[in-house]
Amino acid sequence: MKKRSVLLKTIGAFAFLLIGLFLGRMIFKPKKVETVPIPSTMQYWNTGASKDTSAVAQAANFTGNIIKVEDGGSIREAVLKAQPGDLIRVYPGTYSETVYIDKDNIGIQGVIVDGKWPVMDGKKELNDAILYSGNGITIENLKIIKYKGNGIMGQAGNNFVIRNNWIIDTGVYGIFPQYGKNGIVEYNILTEIEDAAIYVGMCDNVDVKYNEVFGNVAGIEIENSRHCLVESNYAHNNTGGILAFLTPGLPIKTIFDVIIRNNFVIGNNHENFGAPGSIVSGIPKGTGVLIMAADDVIVENNIIANNDNAGITIVDLATGAPTANDPNSEPNPDRVVILDNFMIENGNNPVGEIKALMMSQLKTKGPDILAMGGGTGSSIRDKNRYRTFGLGNYGTAEITDTKDITTFTFKEPVAPRSVSKEELGELTYYGVCAGCHAFDTRLIGVPTNIIQAVYEGNPQGIVDYINKPWNLRDDYPDMPSQAYLPEDAKMAVAEYILSLKK
Amino acid sequence: MDIKKIVLRGVIFMTFVCTLWGLVSLGNKDSVYYKVPQLNCDCPPGFKLNENNECIAQNLYMAYTTENDHGVGGLKTALPKVRDGFSPQQIDLGRYLFFDPALSKDGSISCATCHDPEKGFSDGLAASVGMNGYQLTRSAPSLWNVAYLKLFFWDGRAKSLEEQMKGPLFSKEEMNNTPENLLNTLNNIDNYKVLFEEAFPNRNNNTITLEEIYTAITAFESSLISLNSRYDQYAHGYHKALNEKEIEGLNVFRSFVARCAECHTPPLFTNQQIAVLGVPEPDGKPLDPGAEIPYNDKTMRGGFKVPSLRNIEKTAPYMHAGNFNTLRETVQFYTDGRGHAVPENEELRIHWHIWEPELSDDELDRLVDFLKTLTDETFMPEVPTELPSGLSNTNHNS
Repeated sequence: MKKRSVLLKTIGAFAFLLIGLFLGRMIFKPKKVETVPIPSTMQYWNTGASKDTSAVAQAANFTGNIIKVEDGGSIREAVLKAQPGDLIRVYPGTYSETVYIDKDNIGIQGVIVDGKWPVMDGKKELNDAILYSGNGITIENLKIIKYKGNGIMGQAGNNFVIRNNWIIDTGVYGIFPQYGKNGIVEYNILTEIEDAAIYVGMCDNVDVKYNEVFGNVAGIEIENSRHCLVESNYAHNNTGGILAFLTPGLPIKTIFDVIIRNNFVIGNNHENFGAPGSIVSGIPKGTGVLIMAADDVIVENNIIANNDNAGITIVDLATGAPTANDPNSEPNPDRVVILDNFMIENGNNPVGEIKALMMSQLKTKGPDILAMGGGTGSSIRDKNRYRTFGLGNYGTAEITDTKDITTFTFKEPVAPRSVSKEELGELTYYGVCAGCHAFDTRLIGVPTNIIQAVYEGNPQGIVDYINKPWNLRDDYPDMPSQAYLPEDAKMAVAEYILSLKK
Repeated sequence: MDIKKIVLRGVIFMTFVCTLWGLVSLGNKDSVYYKVPQLNCDCPPGFKLNENNECIAQNLYMAYTTENDHGVGGLKTALPKVRDGFSPQQIDLGRYLFFDPALSKDGSISCATCHDPEKGFSDGLAASVGMNGYQLTRSAPSLWNVAYLKLFFWDGRAKSLEEQMKGPLFSKEEMNNTPENLLNTLNNIDNYKVLFEEAFPNRNNNTITLEEIYTAITAFESSLISLNSRYDQYAHGYHKALNEKEIEGLNVFRSFVARCAECHTPPLFTNQQIAVLGVPEPDGKPLDPGAEIPYNDKTMRGGFKVPSLRNIEKTAPYMHAGNFNTLRETVQFYTDGRGHAVPENEELRIHWHIWEPELSDDELDRLVDFLKTLTDETFMPEVPTELPSGLSNTNHNS
């Protein structure tokens, strides 16, 4: 009997232990998505970016919650849940999804643990890893692979920071901010992209710094953008290394004020694997720096070596782009400035047009610097040190360096709105409410002066009503809810309605 | 009668009419009593009257920063520069002219014949029908949001609404009028003489001019604003405005695989450029050279203006000649392969965004779901029940 009871006790103890373990796991199991407030003393923000003194990087400030996403969780769900000011921290794991950010001031920060990255994997089925339209978006420390369209694409978001990402084979572009103002793309590594790995399209005031791009059709492309700094990047074994392009037929028609300096542009001799019909599919392999119809581009202090076709190529649209003409695009590269660059062993194996051109000069090697087509006002600092072709009309550069320009980003973030509260109220009243309400006449809804009489001194009452209308009058149709209006616009329009005089 | 008297009479008349309008609408809550001739003194919805009696466009997109001067792409982005500043009277006069078949040579066709408000200000036809049943070759573009456009006609040959309207007004195949006959007609309609005087108070004599006609019709067309769709609610930050399928469609629309948003840039859903798509012509018709003709440029052969997609649900069939009957067929075109429908003997410079995105059936369906969220007709103008000419306003198709 005793033995048995000992046995029973042992079994019982084990059972308790197991139940305890089970319950403990149930209760204390780490959740896949978890939200905690950001500790006020913690500067999650600038981890790993201490050397970056540019305002946009320093200004990005996350004061809301930290949303923790772990393997098996969803970054997309976290973004949908996030409020402006929140920081989403993504832990190592595989995330196969498309994340879209239509909010302002959201940070997505990968957490790399023991060399393990959070990986966004498109499995060649998904279109884009991250799409954002909000302002103040930061994306860092992610490994993004196998998407069909883009790694990271921005549409009109200002004040963006995209850094420390590792992007492989994400389709057409790797990092593609479009229509953005004031942003930074830095410390990213990108490869196997079938168009441009880093593509700054129709943007203003963007710095592209400290990135490595290799094995892409185009390494870094600045297109129809103004005030861009391409500095200290390593572009190697792409078809073309660094490009400044004017593409015709786009709504923004100019590219100017681009500085390409302190970059390594080495051995960009990769076969062109661009999609047929794309503009980059026409880039000859062996292209170091390519300037097409861009104005006021300064090329300074780069090491440009072993690019088999030519080190720097400067062309107009007629020479470079097989697209329909655009009468509103000025087709020539004007006022290009070549300062001192370290250029060796370029043009060792020219192809296509340049090969034919060189043959006509009884040469077999391509040049360090080649200019073809129109353009005026261009200059070069020390032409004699390079092998050049077509630079006959280049004068001597009037500047020696660009050291006074440290960044093209702004000291202050670009403001999201340009109107006062009164103006916002007015825009909402006439842009939305006026469809049904006029001041002292009946349209579909009651006249505004009657609303004034009902809600005098009570704008919150109007806000409550438009959020959830109820039928007040039998002789009028039900008003649809206007809850969709931005919160600040609701109060602004309520106050505006009460202040209307006629 | 001297000028002062005319002006004075005009002013008194206007004051009287406006007062009457106010009284009538205050007194009669059930219906706005509205009799020709009498012009509205208030701006249409979407506009605010300023102290110079000008209607100034107002909408939530104006709250966003306009640093990027062309205002294209993304959700919270400013619109391009708008054509506004017309008086309420000019807009209202334009409304009468727009619906009045007196503008055509034989009184059989009005602007609204091909730009029917019930059909998204288009006509539901593959290619429009002109005077005496003449079969035209292209479809009638929608007029919603034309105040923001800079190019007109499918081939982009006109740069302003005033320039554009001379096309159909004076084309033999369309309204078949002449400037002389148009002036003669309107100057012999007393109602119009009064209305023009009201809309253009600072003139030297009471004769209607062509410029006044163009201005009034432009004023009306520029008042057709559609910026309050469910998509717009989403764009302004209310994410519940679209359901999951529609958001999925938005993500396909703006992804760089489908690339729709590259040319149909929000918030207007057009970048206002000419693009060569290589669309198959309907019924084996010969290739329409499009922009090649007005621009006299071979590289633009087969190029057409990128249309806005706002209210696109209302304007089937699609493309420059009703090439596709449904939105589903239209989006299918873009995934069937670059240049797949270009005739053998043609070498078109197809736009670089036309490629082979290999969109799935599901993605194409979602795109159509999304396109239908761009519908908004809350600022639909009132169709006049009586016209100043006395002609019947039943010539348009609805």
